[in-house]
Amino acid sequence: MSSDSQSTYAVLCELLQPFNTAGVSLQPTTDISTDLNIDSVSVMDFVMEVEDRFDIDIPLNVLSETRTLNDLVSVVEARAGKGK
Amino acid sequence: MVDLLEKHRPIAERHARMLAAGANAVGLTIDKILSPTRALINGRETILAGTNNYMGITLDPDCIAAGQKAMAEFGTGTTGSRIANGSYAMHRELENTLAKFLGRKHCIVFTTGYQANLGMMAGLAGPKDTIYLDADSHASIYDGCTLSGAKLVRFRHNDASDLDKRLARGEDEGGRLVVLEGIYSMLGDRAPLSDFIEVKRKHGFQLLVDDAHSFGVLGPNGRGLGDEAGLDAEVDFVVGTFSKSVGAIGGFGAGDHPLFETIRYATRAYMFTASPSPASVATSLAAIRKLAAEPERRERLARNSKRLLDGFRGLGLETGCDQVSPVVAVKCADEPSTIAMWNALLEAGVYVNIALPPGTPGRMCLLRCSVSAAHSSDDIDRIIELFGKVVAQGAPRLAAAS
Ligand SMILES: Cc1ncc(COP(=O)(O)O)c(C=O)c1O
Repeated sequence: MSSDSQSTYAVLCELLQPFNTAGVSLQPTTDISTDLNIDSVSVMDFVMEVEDRFDIDIPLNVLSETRTLNDLVSVVEARAGKGK
Repeated sequence: MVDLLEKHRPIAERHARMLAAGANAVGLTIDKILSPTRALINGRETILAGTNNYMGITLDPDCIAAGQKAMAEFGTGTTGSRIANGSYAMHRELENTLAKFLGRKHCIVFTTGYQANLGMMAGLAGPKDTIYLDADSHASIYDGCTLSGAKLVRFRHNDASDLDKRLARGEDEGGRLVVLEGIYSMLGDRAPLSDFIEVKRKHGFQLLVDDAHSFGVLGPNGRGLGDEAGLDAEVDFVVGTFSKSVGAIGGFGAGDHPLFETIRYATRAYMFTASPSPASVATSLAAIRKLAAEPERRERLARNSKRLLDGFRGLGLETGCDQVSPVVAVKCADEPSTIAMWNALLEAGVYVNIALPPGTPGRMCLLRCSVSAAHSSDDIDRIIELFGKVVAQGAPRLAAAS
């Protein structure tokens, strides 16, 4: 991971903590839904926090193909980089 | 081989925990309906406060007679879709009557409200378009949006400024559809329509309101949220259902757009399913005429809703919203205590809905009441009394409640 990606990853982990009620230890390869055992609405609520923090939109269609924290780092960087 | 159903084991375990704590809160058997507000459940006469039977119209003699006549004359089913197998004159009559009730040029009837949302979202938006939907939207809206293939952007519940921000950020190439609900089914709150209309004037989009819980209920003419807010003309499309205030089954989409009728030939939820049965169409038609002719039903519903809200507030309960609404939800602490209180209420003679995550906003656990115009003041007072005994004291008091 580049240092930019490292810091994006750290922010995502911080935003995810309130939803990680089972206290699973987070890895870049953690599957946000199945490994953390959180429901689809909570995943969308988490992503809304991410959208606010980075001032981007992550359409639900994109989200349905995003599984791991690493995937989400790529999505955030692509969207933030494009300024959208 | 991977067993397909294995992934549902956690659901089975959660359901077993619910059954161990009492009755089946997500599949209760009602043995006999005694009136719009009374049923026999487990051999006990029970007040119904979780039916969505807002107008108490399900046992209206005129509606029943209309349904019986239609069934006798036109049969038990239509055996096909209106595209492939033709419309009955009564389908058109229902659409025309409904369009007039709504003050709209066009109306399309669907077989259920769920299908109306599938059909309208997918009929309006396509893969090049963007749908902006409220975070707390009903599952049928989410499913319709997914089916449309449009880009889907979710905005914070009832937050017009969040929508504003997202519209400003978006570089959408195609059309934009914004979807709101008149009354949200879980918490009973309404969309702040005038705030959203301001955003509409600024950015330009087409607006759809799902009036599933507000059709027949809100506004001087009972048309729904736009009618209540005096902003009907700003709402491009409305969706609704016959399963609540109309007391039947079916759904509709309506609007004034000159191309509106083409949705029939462009949306699969209309084309590839059987049309509503004669009895359903005839009872819906009779009920809508009653809703138009008897505004006192809406007034009674509003009075009962206020009485229940005030009563719950007096008990210090935290309700889903603070506006008068026929949906009155009480926020509870956690799943086990909510299930225990739901059972205690049922044992004491009142049936309400249980609403648990992920079907609720913000992972809330709710005991949800829906008020009916057919409830008497005594019914409402009894519901308040039982919530006082069972819920306000923070723990189920089975014995004390009876
Ligand atoms: C907001 C909303 N939209 C649509 C529907 C679907 O209506 P129906 O029961 O007719 O399928 C419902 C209720 O079930 C609802 O609450």
